[in-house]
Parts: sequence; C-alpha cells; structure tokens
Amino acid sequence: MAEITIKEVEHVAELARLRFSPQELEEFTSQLDAILKFVGKLESLDTEGIEPTYRAIEMVNCFREDEVKPSLPIEKVTANAPESEEGAFVVPRII
Amino acid sequence: MAEVLDLTISELRELLDSGEISAQELTNLYLERIATVDEKVKAYVTVTEKEARDQAREADKKIKEGSAAPLTGIPLGIKDVICTEGIPTTCSSRMLRDFRPPFNATVMEKLEAQGAVMLGKLNMDEFAMGSSTENSAFFSTRNPWDLERIPGGSSGGSAAAVAARMCVASLGSDTGGSIRQPASHCGVVGLKPTYGLVSRFGLVAFASSLDQIGPLTRSVEDAAILLEAIAGHDERDSTSLPRPVPRLRKSCQEGLKGIRVGIPKEYFIEGVQEEVVSEIKKGLKAMEEMGAELVDISLPHTEYAIATYYIIATAEASSNLSRYDGVKYGFRAENYSNLMEMYKETRAQGFGPEVKRRIMLGTYCLSAGYYDAFYKKASQVRTLIIEDFKKAFGICDVIASPVAPTTAFKIGEKVHDPLQMYLSDIFTIPVNLAGIPGMSVPCGFDEKGLPVGVQLMAGHLQEEILFRAAYNLERGLGLERKWPSLS
Repeated sequence: MAEITIKEVEHVAELARLRFSPQELEEFTSQLDAILKFVGKLESLDTEGIEPTYRAIEMVNCFREDEVKPSLPIEKVTANAPESEEGAFVVPRII
Repeated sequence: MAEVLDLTISELRELLDSGEISAQELTNLYLERIATVDEKVKAYVTVTEKEARDQAREADKKIKEGSAAPLTGIPLGIKDVICTEGIPTTCSSRMLRDFRPPFNATVMEKLEAQGAVMLGKLNMDEFAMGSSTENSAFFSTRNPWDLERIPGGSSGGSAAAVAARMCVASLGSDTGGSIRQPASHCGVVGLKPTYGLVSRFGLVAFASSLDQIGPLTRSVEDAAILLEAIAGHDERDSTSLPRPVPRLRKSCQEGLKGIRVGIPKEYFIEGVQEEVVSEIKKGLKAMEEMGAELVDISLPHTEYAIATYYIIATAEASSNLSRYDGVKYGFRAENYSNLMEMYKETRAQGFGPEVKRRIMLGTYCLSAGYYDAFYKKASQVRTLIIEDFKKAFGICDVIASPVAPTTAFKIGEKVHDPLQMYLSDIFTIPVNLAGIPGMSVPCGFDEKGLPVGVQLMAGHLQEEILFRAAYNLERGLGLERKWPSLS
C-alpha cells in the first residue's frame, strides 16, 4: 500500500469538515499511515464473488402504516440549538 | 450496612419487597457511597441526586402497593451515551457537554416504567471510541481494583461504578467490545446482546450496524433481569427485531449436560497473558465437570477482524458524526467568518483527537477511488467472519475465549499508540461484526489481583443458551464474592 501523503490528509480533512494545525497534520499523517498499512492486510484475502455484509441481521425493509402521531414540540427541539429564532435554526449567511 | 452495597438485584428485590429496606434508604446508601469514593474512581459525569430521590420515593409507593416490577427501586447507573430527557447526555465530549435530550431512549422508558432509580450518567471514551476511558474529554476513570490502571472502555464508567459499588448495575453500549472488555477488567458481568434485540432509539450512534446496548452487573442472573427489562421490539428503531423477549432466568436454571463448548484455537494464541489463559482453563474445567463437552473449533478469519472492524466502524462513524455541525444542537465555535468555517472550527474544537482520527479514517475509506478497496472489501471479509461463526455453531452451542489479551493495563500505557490500543479489542470485535451475543463473565484474578474475564459467545438470538452456560459457569467456579474496598 502506497504511503499516505500530507496532501491527501488535507483533502480528507476538507471532506470531513475538520481543521488541523500543521503539527497535528503531520502527526495524523503518520498515525493514519500506520493504521492504513495495518488494515491493508485485507488485500491478501481473496474475496472474489463473496457477497458483502452491510448489516448483521436478516432484515431488508421494515414497513408500518403511515399514521400521524404526536411529535416533539418545536420549542423543545430548538432548545439545544446554539442559536435559534422563531422556531428556526440560525446559521451564518450563505447567500 | 456496608454489605447491602454488595447485594445483587435479585437479593435486593427480596429486601425491598419484604420491607427490610426501602428504596429511599437504598438510594441514600448509594448516593453516600458515590460521595465517598467517586473522587477516587471518577466514574460519574453527572450524579442525578434529586431525580434519584424522587424516583426512589415513587418506587417505595409502588412496592407498598404490591405492584413492584423486578427493577422497582433498584439504583442503576447509565452510560452517558444513552439519551435521558432533560438530563445532560454528553457522550463525554465537549461537543455535547451541555446537551439535554428532549426525549428518553427506549431503554430509559422501559427502566422508568419498571420504577428503577437512576443515580446518574457514567463516563466513557468520547463518543464510545476507545478501550480505556482515557479518551473522555472530561477525565479518565480509574480501575477500582488498582487506581493506577484503566477500567477498560469505552463503557469504563459503567464497569467501574458496578465494581466500586456506586450502583447495583449499569447500562453500557458495545460496538467492538465496549461492554465486555471493561466488564472483564473490572470483574463484573457484561453482556452485548444479539444485534437488534435491544432498541437503539436514543442511543447516540457510533457505528449503526455494530452498536448495541447491554447490561453490566454483579451476577449473570442480574444481567438476565436487566436484559429482560430492556429487550423487545421498538418501531422507532428499524433494526429492532420483532421477537418476543427471551425468558432468560428460566434457562439459567437448566444444567450444562449436553452443552458443547467450542474452544477456538485462534483465540488462545501467543501474546495472551499466561494467567488469563490459566484462569479461563479453570472455568472450562468447571463447565466440563458439570456435564459440558469441550470441542476444539476454528474461526480462521479471526486475524482479519480488527482490520475489518476499523474500516466498517470508522466509515459508519464518519457518516453518523457529520450531524455535529454546530447548527441543531451541541457546541458551536465562537469565531468564524462563514458557514464552512463555522463547521470546521466547531468540529475542530468540539471533537477530541481519537474521534477526529476515526472520522478521518472513515472519510478516507469512503472517499472516491478507495470505496471498493476498503469499505466493500471489509464488508466482504465481514461475510467470511460470519460464515466462520455459522460453521462453528454447527458443532458447538457456545464458544469460550478470553475477553482481552491481558488484564487492565496502566493509565497512559497505550494512549500514544492508537494501533496498539485497537489491538486490545481483538477477541471482542468479531462478535459485533457477526451480530451475535457475547458475555464477559468473571473467572478469576491474575497475580497482581486484577480480574480476568472469560467471554462466552452464542449464535444469533441464542441468549437462552448463552445465559444457561454463563450461569452454570459462574456457579461452577464458585468464586468468592469480593469487591475492592477503596477506603
């Protein structure tokens, strides 16, 4: 497995909406590199034709009647928000 | 009354129902115990003293009326990853330090309906990511048997509180061993139920295809009582199985005759502490003497389990934790000039290093060009691991193994080497990948006096046979009941 570069780690941080200091970036790069080398051992296994498992139980879909039921009051829902106004979440201006 | 603190749920039930002790007296005893020893152990993030006293008063009414349920008036601790209405649910993260859920998790509704008493919320590795409780953003919990050592993790607070007698029993969550490993390190019983048996509604998500809530207790029977209380179908969790609650206490009473116990050679390998193996062998011998048959088995893909887990769990976590964006709830950074910066600053300041590491690893594994090589590959290997178990359960009823390769390690010993920390979960992870139940049962002590646990595993929804094996193992070993004094 090729070594992961600082540039790649910066790109992943961007995707994950995280920010790191240059020192953290270096530390993370070497730690991620070690972990990726370790998980790379899966490459040695032949999995041709093996069905992937995405959930450990044999359930596909779970249907129920679409009935109206009580939901949480809006003031309870927004009570934990860093900023809210008139039952809405307030975010920095985006347009 | 110090010995009351040693009693199990079933023993306390008798005292409460006969009026020898009231729920309020019992709750006071536990609150006093917390006030005395938690400054040493540091298991609780929040102690809900007032609520506990109110619940105890209500429990006493219920008991007087003669309508007590198995958990009425029993003081419990809850891992701080389970939502409790109006009471801080922090996940031991800066991100959720002030979060007060507007609803109760299903398991909390069930405990409340029985009239259980909640003493408080227990410390954990941040967002349940870790094996030592050192990743808590607030403080490290200590092992009550040796305060220089870790209690295990991520449910370290839940295990330490039971062992230190700061609650009768507790709830934890287990994604890769987070109930069983700390239970083993603290000398208590810890169960991860079959995936889907206990509702995850209100459990803060880490890796949704692996997470499961379960009990940590002083005895196997107590684990049965708690699991019977929290199990059952819940339409608010689409992965909840529409199955009746298993009758576990009844199956505990059946003997071991004819039970085949599988011994997987891949779990008794070099690197496992000698005393861990020798204590487990004593347990196996006890089972054999009670009529069980020991069978050698093989789970050939065990060596790939950790790699598989750290791809699947981190991929799911990177997606689940994208909700912490500083908008709907939780922490928001103070200084930013636009929305994107607000997200990044909030997450950079709100999450600790291990959570960031896992989000990064998961994001990388799911990113364009790597998905097939990592996530799909790991999901295929997961199938192979499940097939290993299916084959094994064709020739045995339960599997016995170590819970962890060593007894509790020292605080700080592995904290700078994430990979070494991950390797301590080698024997517990396959159970989560397969979705089967696994239990850690105390089976002895090493030379330093640290507890050793044995892990028992069974097939999907085979909790009844799992409890039958565990209960008889516990009785057969007949370990003297002792707890760390901490005074």
